[in-house]
Amino acid sequence: MKNIIVTLMVFMVGISLHAQEKKNKNAKYDIEVNGNCEMCKKRIEKAALSVKGVKSAVWHADHQDMHLVLDENKCTLQQVHEAVAKVGHDTGKIKATDEAYNDLHSCCKFERKQ
Amino acid sequence: MKKQFIISLFLLFATVLFSQENVTGKITFDNNQPLKTANIYWQNTQIGAVSDDQGNFTIPFAAENSVLVISYVGFKTITQTIEKPGNFNFKMEFDTSLDEVTLTKLRSSLQRNLRSTANVQTMTAKELTKAACCNLSESFETNPSIDVNFSDAVSGTRQIRMLGLTNPYITMTEENILALRGGSQYSGLSYIPGPWAHSIQITKGAGSVINGYESISGQINYEFLKPDEEPTLFINVFGAMGGRYELNTHYHTILNEHWATGVLVHGNFRNEKNDMNKDGFLDNPLMRQINVMNQWKYGICGKKGISAEFKWRFFIDEKQSGQVEFDPSIPRPSNPFWGSEINTRQFLASAKVGYVFPDMDYQSIGFQNQFTDYRQDGYYGNRDYFVRHQSWYSNLLFASIISNTLHKFTTGASFQWDRFEELYQFNDFSRTDIGAGAFFEYSYSNNDDLSYTLGGRADYNNRLGAFLTPRAHIRFQPAEQTTLRASIGRGKRLANVFMENQNLFASNRTFVLPTLPQGDNGFYNLDPEIAWNYGLSFLQKFKIIGKDAEIGLDVYRTDFQNQVVVDLDASAQQVNFYNLNGKSFANSLQLDFNITPTTHLEWRNSYKFYDVRTTNSIGLEQRVLQPRHRFFTNLAYETRTKDNGKQWKFDATYNWLGKQRMPVSTGNPLDSQWNTMAPAFFTLNAQVTKVFSSNFEIYVGGENMNNYRQPNAIIAATDPFGDFFDSSMIYGPVFGAMYYAGLRWRIN
Repeated sequence: MKNIIVTLMVFMVGISLHAQEKKNKNAKYDIEVNGNCEMCKKRIEKAALSVKGVKSAVWHADHQDMHLVLDENKCTLQQVHEAVAKVGHDTGKIKATDEAYNDLHSCCKFERKQ
Repeated sequence: MKKQFIISLFLLFATVLFSQENVTGKITFDNNQPLKTANIYWQNTQIGAVSDDQGNFTIPFAAENSVLVISYVGFKTITQTIEKPGNFNFKMEFDTSLDEVTLTKLRSSLQRNLRSTANVQTMTAKELTKAACCNLSESFETNPSIDVNFSDAVSGTRQIRMLGLTNPYITMTEENILALRGGSQYSGLSYIPGPWAHSIQITKGAGSVINGYESISGQINYEFLKPDEEPTLFINVFGAMGGRYELNTHYHTILNEHWATGVLVHGNFRNEKNDMNKDGFLDNPLMRQINVMNQWKYGICGKKGISAEFKWRFFIDEKQSGQVEFDPSIPRPSNPFWGSEINTRQFLASAKVGYVFPDMDYQSIGFQNQFTDYRQDGYYGNRDYFVRHQSWYSNLLFASIISNTLHKFTTGASFQWDRFEELYQFNDFSRTDIGAGAFFEYSYSNNDDLSYTLGGRADYNNRLGAFLTPRAHIRFQPAEQTTLRASIGRGKRLANVFMENQNLFASNRTFVLPTLPQGDNGFYNLDPEIAWNYGLSFLQKFKIIGKDAEIGLDVYRTDFQNQVVVDLDASAQQVNFYNLNGKSFANSLQLDFNITPTTHLEWRNSYKFYDVRTTNSIGLEQRVLQPRHRFFTNLAYETRTKDNGKQWKFDATYNWLGKQRMPVSTGNPLDSQWNTMAPAFFTLNAQVTKVFSSNFEIYVGGENMNNYRQPNAIIAATDPFGDFFDSSMIYGPVFGAMYYAGLRWRIN
């Protein structure tokens, strides 16, 4: 009986390990990112692409969102939120520090949500 | 920048402080479905908004901006006068034609891109309508980067030059597939009706390796009208002095959610004999042409996945030229008059299939195939020339990224088969060329101020052997309005001495080819041509008293390692071809200054300097019939578009050509000699278009309105079968002033 349980456990762990290995290499995400203009676009996309594993990042001013394609083996979505917030743009998950926001060019100072 | 800043600030304040002073509303189409991402803006301002997923929008109201514009591609644009803030709903109607008036007003007809890595100019359909007429070889008249030669009286064909080099050194692509090569290279542009063109992209300097190894001085791509973007029926009628008439009829339709198709028919003829300069020769050929194209496009809904384009086109063209009294029905040996007849026909079919990977719109596969069969049969006095060129071209492309979209690449392989049947004076020069190659092009962009493209290809060809072609482009944008570009590239090609020098057939020059093989892998006993091209370009946009202006400076050098020299100087009765023994280069400088003094007026200026020299039998001399200095100015004015599309358009072009060196003629008797230098002269072209509505317009215009005519255009015209006859020494217009009129009618 004990053996069977152990075997089952090993088996299950095996499955979950296997499942972890099969992470999506081209995972698609849309995340909220706030900004104003063309300069923002350059900065936001540059920040997202600086995360190793992000393959494509396209930000849309009109929808205040960014379409992402990333390799989940190499990075997490959280890292992208962090990288974008670090350059001064609020995301749906992480707010930029006031310092980073104040460093933005005057035309890029988007209206911050409370 | 400052303006944008103020506008964004204004927008910000407007939304925060005066939220009640807004115009809001909902945009719908069809059965009240919401239309998202439609553009809403106040006319003549940069204040705009975009509708959200529910079709709702909010735009700050301002009393001074009372005309609201709502636009979306594929729908009719709505312009609505709004006098106070409030809620307004709009229903959009489908429009099968693109609303040209609205679209083109926002953009200049000639666009120089600040962002592309290569030095690319795009000529839009609007720019193409400015030229008098009628086919692509004439459509570059309003473009300073391309010089259009004056046509010879026999073929009526106008050759183009870029950076001081003629057609064969420019790579032509038709919808990004290699075109107008070999047989159709010399006159091919004149067999493409201007109204068929959607746009033309001109790349100066080394081209992309994706399109092969032959490009030396530049690349020109032309796109045809897209079947899913055009009005159902388009009719263009054109008539010009001298009895030239053209008729263009286009029918385009969207069949279902996947397919669109188009049928384009072009016909032209000239049956009036013109001899304005009274030399006994026709100034331009009598001609007839029928030209048909059928296009099919799959995947028009724009969804990702498979898309495809198929087309075939076919033309028959007949020309007659020579002495006015020449009657082609009299057999030639006993015909007392000099004449020429050229019959040309071509069939072309192409297929392009593309696939964009799901969830990865940066990764795609493309496969292009094209078959052409070109046939030209003609005689020029007592000279006979026949060529048939069949070709097959395949190009397989794969595009993707390396780690992220800042690093892109395109790689692939191409295959090319060319069969030439060529008979010159019944001497057989038939041959078959087969080649295949692989290419890789990497492009980097930091999404900001720097981008570069590095390309290379390796090819094997049965007559060129195995060789590598490197190309590189770099763009640096040190400031928002300043762009610097540099390029370098190598090109290699085989000269087709007869096809490329057909203008000389209408003379009594003997074609002299080397008797002994000068190389081991060429043809006509000649080696392949190899050249390097280097270029630097600078573009600065700025404002003079608030008006948009730009200055551009392009400096290019083409350096030939080997060239097939076309020597007209050794003897006035011969043209000698041989491998370059010495130097050959083409240096060019182009200085542009463009300004938009008012929103509706555009003024373009261009000065060009050419130092094009080749070592031939008399030394390192400037290329014949190539002005060292050229000046170009173009003024375009449009009145404000009225609600129903009513508008006037005015366009004028002034072209000044400096002195041109003429070939040596001292071997001829005195009365058959010509000056060593052709005089400087200018031409003036103008056009007026009256737009009655977005569907109907009439245009009238004149070319060479100052009526400049080259004196003695034909040497020894009184004795065309004698040794000294030459009708190829054309440096200026032969016909004199030419006036024309036409109409364009679109039916949705």
